[in-house]
Amino acid sequence: MEKTIHITLKIWRQKGPQAKGAFETYQLNDISTDSSFLEMLDILNEKLISEKKETIVFDHDCREGICGMCSLYINGHPHGPDEDVTTCQLHMRKFKDGETIIVEPWRSRGFPVIKDLMVDRSAFDKIIQAGGFVSVTTGGVPDANAIPISKEKADEAMDAASCIGCGACVAACKNGSAMLFVAAKVSQLALLPQGKIEASRRAKAMVTKMDELGFGNCTNTGACESECPKNVSISHIARLNREFLKAKLKD
Amino acid sequence: MTQINSKIPQGPLAQKWSNYKASQKLVNPANKRRLDIIVVGTGLAGASAAASLGELGFNVLNFCIQDSPRRAHSIAAQGGINAAKNYPNDGDSVFRLFYDTIKGGDYRAREANVYRLAEVSNSIIDQCVAQGVPFAREYGGLLDNRSFGGAQVSRTFYAKGQTGQQLLLGAYSALSRQISKGSVKLHTRYEMMDVVVIDGKARGIIARNLRTGRLERFFAHAVVIATGGYGNTFFLSTNAMGSNGSAAMQCFRKGAYFANPCYAQIHPTCIPVHGEFQSKLTLMSESLRNDGRIWVPKKKEDAEAIRAGKMKPTQIPEDERDYYLERRYPAFGNLVPRDVASRAAKERCDAGYGVGATGLAVYLDFSEVINRLGRDVVEARYGNLFQMYYKIVDEDPYTTPMMIYPAIHYTMGGIWVDYECMTSIEGLFAIGEANFSDHGANRLGASALMQGLADGYFVLPYTIQNYLADEIRTPRMSTELPEFAETEGAVQSRIQKIMAIKGNRSVDSIHKQLGLIMWDFVGMSRTKESLQKALDAIIQVKHEFWTNVFIPGESEDLNVELEKALRVSDFIEIGELMARDALHREESCGGHFRLEYQTGDGEALRDDENFSYVACWKYEGDGKEPSLLKEPLIYESVHMQQRNYK
Repeated sequence: MEKTIHITLKIWRQKGPQAKGAFETYQLNDISTDSSFLEMLDILNEKLISEKKETIVFDHDCREGICGMCSLYINGHPHGPDEDVTTCQLHMRKFKDGETIIVEPWRSRGFPVIKDLMVDRSAFDKIIQAGGFVSVTTGGVPDANAIPISKEKADEAMDAASCIGCGACVAACKNGSAMLFVAAKVSQLALLPQGKIEASRRAKAMVTKMDELGFGNCTNTGACESECPKNVSISHIARLNREFLKAKLKD
Repeated sequence: MTQINSKIPQGPLAQKWSNYKASQKLVNPANKRRLDIIVVGTGLAGASAAASLGELGFNVLNFCIQDSPRRAHSIAAQGGINAAKNYPNDGDSVFRLFYDTIKGGDYRAREANVYRLAEVSNSIIDQCVAQGVPFAREYGGLLDNRSFGGAQVSRTFYAKGQTGQQLLLGAYSALSRQISKGSVKLHTRYEMMDVVVIDGKARGIIARNLRTGRLERFFAHAVVIATGGYGNTFFLSTNAMGSNGSAAMQCFRKGAYFANPCYAQIHPTCIPVHGEFQSKLTLMSESLRNDGRIWVPKKKEDAEAIRAGKMKPTQIPEDERDYYLERRYPAFGNLVPRDVASRAAKERCDAGYGVGATGLAVYLDFSEVINRLGRDVVEARYGNLFQMYYKIVDEDPYTTPMMIYPAIHYTMGGIWVDYECMTSIEGLFAIGEANFSDHGANRLGASALMQGLADGYFVLPYTIQNYLADEIRTPRMSTELPEFAETEGAVQSRIQKIMAIKGNRSVDSIHKQLGLIMWDFVGMSRTKESLQKALDAIIQVKHEFWTNVFIPGESEDLNVELEKALRVSDFIEIGELMARDALHREESCGGHFRLEYQTGDGEALRDDENFSYVACWKYEGDGKEPSLLKEPLIYESVHMQQRNYK
């Protein structure tokens, strides 16, 4: 049967990028433990509308853990206390009756706040634009089976490619580093013969862009890996470092 | 009466596309640089089109409502993408993929378009592999395939359960490359508000900057709509929260025909609805039907005991289970097309055999495959889907069967386009799910990804040149022209009208009200009475919206409630159009099932004599009934027959 809980929320509210933000406290009663965290925020927003107040702004879209749009720093964890999920897949059954839940935006120099819990992650797009691709144009490519790729390599590339670009790694990192995000793309493409040709050039271009955009350095704390909703492994950072070093040696 | 010209090239079916390409007009490189193209949307169709057009040298402006092109809902497609490669040597061919798609669409799609789709399907796989898409492979290093509904061959390529994600990231990487080269200019967090038409030709758009709330004007020599489908008319669907049909409605109000709005796909395997607060439905990939077996209890008492929580599915012995798809359709079994599987689930639940607390669910059971191949194999194939199910439902599908129920997933209807993907407004194109063209009355699994990428990579970059070749003398126009000002003014007054209502209802509450009407009366089975009821009820919802909605905040600011309100105002119009189209189509076909028109054993009964046409609806003004134009469907290569999956 349906179980419900009462909760207290302390949510970061900030009118705009330049405005000074602050926590506001909200009380919500009889929240079904079967509802998702974002559905709970929908209920809160519905309540705010009934009081003719402005709703809490947060990013979300697919609500099935794949688009990478949702964010939220919940009780000190990116995507909240559950393992291997994004905020949209976090359910209220993970919280206790009477609990106080603190909700903040991603906090990082690379991701400025736009409004309330919504942040600007366009820096990630800029890093991909710097080199996160294979330089092929449409048409004129060989048959898909022309180059065999070992299953192990293909599977490892797939694991790296499962990054959803949400930014939890940056939010989790005390240095605000985007190394896991960059490494996932560099590693995926370096593992495949199609992407290997440009691997070093790509690594250098993406790392340079990351530095330029104000992300911090990697000091191997591993926080990114443990908070990544898609379990992207920090072993990819080692591969990125190898490719980066190769590029540097060539210079 | 206006004639519909679909511009299908002459010649035998298999040569139409080659003939078209051989004789079409092209634009030379120097002129391409002087031509601007707006692409709205960054899903598979939009991103692949924007990237390919940028590569060709056109000046592309690309828009999306999300914070990054990579968020578009194509990302959520799970199972795979079809192509006629015939790598498994199991008898596939371009013709067979074409034939399966026509048959799967219940003979309501255009032959020439579908043949072209099957023809370019193989190039898509080659392209994606070249981009570094990590498709699943065999130990020998070659690509692996699996089966999807409506096919007897294995032609589906996949990347774990995240195929849409990987294909979209491939297109996104190609797009990013063009952005870095400057050939594509990207506008994120922008929403199209209207299309600007000058002297009968699409010449730009008005877009709202979602961060500032301000309206901005953009000129282009051609406009491409790649904004996806309108499944969210039902509120609860597998679409993303932001997916909407507003761009399509803007085009419709400017004179573009809306084709076959009533063809909506209800996907059989979604996680069932669990409460009123629910915001969306989650799909469980069709690929699961390769190994999962669908059943309900044979005895009503068992179903009742399960609903009351007194019995578990694992307690029901094998011979007390009704594997109703295998029983009814032995040739295709659990892999019948989606419309057939959805209706069969509804039939069992309506008859009192449904499970779950609500009785609106059936089982998808993996115990047989786990016993046969082991848990590891199942985990390797579907691990991420099982994990997703567990996180949402809090039950372990390795030890107890999944519960599933049909939900709105995809819309086959959409903006009418000719063979060139051009709408009935010159210079306005529509690609991907946003158009109506390739899936008839029902889409086969793993074909949406194929169509989106076919249109974007290999069709539009050709056909749009046939139009633009005549535009090389058209200079870039000023956005100060009166047509831009008038269109912006009309958008502004629509926004102000909504802001000024200051009623008592939230946008979501009205949207939910609309969704329930759609599901109950325009859903999986429709009747003349239910559709008339829907039309009456939608008028009331429309009235409620325009008199009682409340939008907090300001219009010239980031205002999520206003964004939703603008979309819902269009969903209301789409709902009405869907009901009207469903009412007029007095037959059953594919996803459109009218209870009055069925065979003795409950299958869809088409009326080819009277309804073998594309229904094109033309806007006649606010508050007026749209008029109906018909594009006849002529089959030259396929013999129309009743679909049979037995």
